[in-house]
Amino acid sequence: MGNVIAIAQKELKSYFASPIAYIVIGLWALLYGYFFVAILSFFVRQSMGMNQFGMQGPQAMNVNQQLIRPLLQNVTILILFLMPMVTMRTYAEEKRSGTIELLLTAPVTDFQIIMGKFLGALSLYVIMLAVTMIHIGFLYFGGRPEWKPIVTAYLGLLLLGGCFISLGLLISSLTSNQIVAGMVTFAVFLLLWVITWVGSFGGPTFDKLTTYLSIIDHWDDFGKGVIDTTHVIYYLSFITFGLFLTAKSVDSERWRG
Amino acid sequence: MIEVQHLTKRYGRVTAVDDVSFRVERGEILGFLGPNGAGKTTTMRILTGYMPATEGKAIVAGFDVFDQPIEAKRRTGYLPETPPLYPDMSVIEYLTFVSKIKRVPAADRRQRVQQVMQKTRIDDVANRLCSKLSKGYRQRVGLAQALIHNPDVLILDEPTAGLDPKQIIETRQLIKQLAGDHTIILSTHILPEVSQTCQRVVIINKGHVVAVDTPDNLTSRLRGSETMYVQVDASGGDASTSLTGIPGVLRVVEADRKDGVVGYEVESEHGRDVRRDLARAVVSSGWGLLELRPLRMSLEEIFLSLTTEDLATAPPAAAEGEVVNG
Repeated sequence: MGNVIAIAQKELKSYFASPIAYIVIGLWALLYGYFFVAILSFFVRQSMGMNQFGMQGPQAMNVNQQLIRPLLQNVTILILFLMPMVTMRTYAEEKRSGTIELLLTAPVTDFQIIMGKFLGALSLYVIMLAVTMIHIGFLYFGGRPEWKPIVTAYLGLLLLGGCFISLGLLISSLTSNQIVAGMVTFAVFLLLWVITWVGSFGGPTFDKLTTYLSIIDHWDDFGKGVIDTTHVIYYLSFITFGLFLTAKSVDSERWRG
Repeated sequence: MIEVQHLTKRYGRVTAVDDVSFRVERGEILGFLGPNGAGKTTTMRILTGYMPATEGKAIVAGFDVFDQPIEAKRRTGYLPETPPLYPDMSVIEYLTFVSKIKRVPAADRRQRVQQVMQKTRIDDVANRLCSKLSKGYRQRVGLAQALIHNPDVLILDEPTAGLDPKQIIETRQLIKQLAGDHTIILSTHILPEVSQTCQRVVIINKGHVVAVDTPDNLTSRLRGSETMYVQVDASGGDASTSLTGIPGVLRVVEADRKDGVVGYEVESEHGRDVRRDLARAVVSSGWGLLELRPLRMSLEEIFLSLTTEDLATAPPAAAEGEVVNG
């Protein structure tokens, strides 16, 4: 465990030693802030309109459902665009610079290295998520959002991000070129997002299949405040499978030399 | 301490290392000599557990590198060809990180880091970023990294490559100092390095072990034919004809000539001492014998003759006699 933490710390530190962390967090905060303002203004205008028509009481707007949920839904798209920048260097850079020789000849197992890298990237992602919480905190000044669905939504985001990281790690382990890793990761993420679009043309089974494969669709229930074990299991098995394939890829690289 | 048995590594169809076997005793420095692409790095990578062998066995510090990799790696320090430094870490941060993954107990870490920095003389750059270091310092930080967990075995892949002459001498001295406590394998394609630092040499070419011996034995015993240098004051006469006539002498070449004093290189059959006959021939002809000494083949020549195909076939008996059995 000590090794895993040491590697995770090193990974996190190296994000902040290079411009990557600042660029990713900066862009993330900027885009998220833009979404926040846009959705908030829309929400405010709508609720003012509703007030004018005297539609209060049971019809009043729900902050959770009409502001926070669409906002965090947009976060899933942001992850899709920014996460490749986080994961692309993890293995590719070590292979290019030769530092992978240090890790592979140190008394640590491949699994410990992979877990360290995974947790390091996940920590950066948690920091990114923490930034988004500030905006949501402000909502408490003007409204009374329910905290429980927010917690489930964030749990969903954490799992969703974990999937992207494990997939990104796998792709990064397949090449020694960061740019290639980043591009491929982005393309795969995008494909996993839009995969449902063709689902309706291929009959009910195909539809179900594509919906199941879409990483982002599994988040919807979390956004509504529901923790469905199917989705939790989906995400956890996705992460495990991604990490397992990364381990296989690292191992096969060893054999091929 | 290190035992390598019939190690073979194939990359697809290419065989990088073919049936390599050798042993290294505790506290010894073994030189791994060969031209580029001979399989030195591959062998070292197998020994450090970086990659598995296709066939064969390697035991480091009592542990099979394939069956018990973690135990073997705990006892091995490895300096790859390019020091594996993280550019965005300072030297001290880097060494601390390495000490963590190499399982130096938390209580000893600070002290160990200081120790190896002193040993490798990098304490003056402790807080500098690895990316800002000169080649010499990078190499030394790489060496410090290999030493940090006080391993029994040190495997150094071309530790002096790219250093300036002063740094090369310093590094060699450091390696020699380390030899008592650590068993060391170092690879190089620089020959004097081997004769200066190593107790034994493994010469490897195209994945095969060509010879294993001490540098001295290699120079003295690997000569296909013996060559003598004879300096004669022949004053007018030509000594070469009478020298050629001596039984056992294969060839006489005039090496230098100055004021009637002529130096000849006399090549004779291997294992046949012609010195007495040479002296007698010169003296009985009435010339003055000024100098008579055996010419030793330099390690350089041995290396070339072993690793260059057409020459390697010329002195086959000697070369094969030297290949150590298992």
